[in-house]
Amino acid sequence: MLADSLFFSAVLFAIGVVGVLTRRNAIIIFMCVELMLNAVNLTFVAFAQVYGYAGQVFVVFVMTVAAAEAAVGLAIIISIFRHRQTVNLTDINLLKG
Amino acid sequence: MTIFYYFCFYLFGLVAVASACVFVTRKSPVAAALWLVNVLFCLAAMFVLLDAQFIGAIQVLVYAGAIMVVFLFVIMLLNLGEPARIADARGTIWYIVAGGLAIVVLAAMMVRLPHPAPTETFRIAADSLAVEARATGAVAPVAVPLFTEYLLAFEVTSVLLLAAVVGAVVLGRKRNEGDGRATAAQSRRLEEVAHAR
Repeated sequence: MLADSLFFSAVLFAIGVVGVLTRRNAIIIFMCVELMLNAVNLTFVAFAQVYGYAGQVFVVFVMTVAAAEAAVGLAIIISIFRHRQTVNLTDINLLKG
Repeated sequence: MTIFYYFCFYLFGLVAVASACVFVTRKSPVAAALWLVNVLFCLAAMFVLLDAQFIGAIQVLVYAGAIMVVFLFVIMLLNLGEPARIADARGTIWYIVAGGLAIVVLAAMMVRLPHPAPTETFRIAADSLAVEARATGAVAPVAVPLFTEYLLAFEVTSVLLLAAVVGAVVLGRKRNEGDGRATAAQSRRLEEVAHAR
């Protein structure tokens, strides 16, 4: 079961990477990051089945950090939208050289 | 491990992967968010199949229930529901880069590394998670190490949550001096929307 779980986890993570690289909408990119975090959670749970409960404890921590990250990140996106009236990342290029 | 178990596991796994593919290709953020909820539900089912019942429940409650509601709420608040008028996808070069990187990531994850010796010594007996869950319930085996072995990390996480709450409130608040400008920008946007219609 471990190998199958790792396979699905790798595929989901790769899909998340593709989403982050090919989209411009900040909210969708953020959701792709959440997908990558979930792929990692699947890895943790799969290893927990073989090596004990520590992996499941770590999943709890990852979920907490993801929730905190979602709250702060979405607040930042709202703040950017108030200033620039867009969430398109190619329009937010103040730091571009 | 019955054949039905494998069937369920692969069914949920394939549905999760298919939903994820649909999710990254949707133009509308709302449709993308709902497909992501589907992925999260399938992952919750896989967690249950991997003897992590408590994690599966938390996945449904926290991820599909709370985090995705926040995402949908922000999409609604910023009025991004309709497919973007601006082109959302990047250019072809980015597709090539992303595809290449995805292949590299997949290959790196799936390459079969030589199994190091120490991992075998930590290996627990097969099915011991299911046996323990049957004996003490699904929550206790996760909760006991969380509040004993990982107590420090747990406390640090609570500080992180406090910082995140304060940060979200400060960032999301409307500033007093910016009020007039914000309303002017909002009315300008409303005019633009009316003009577009």
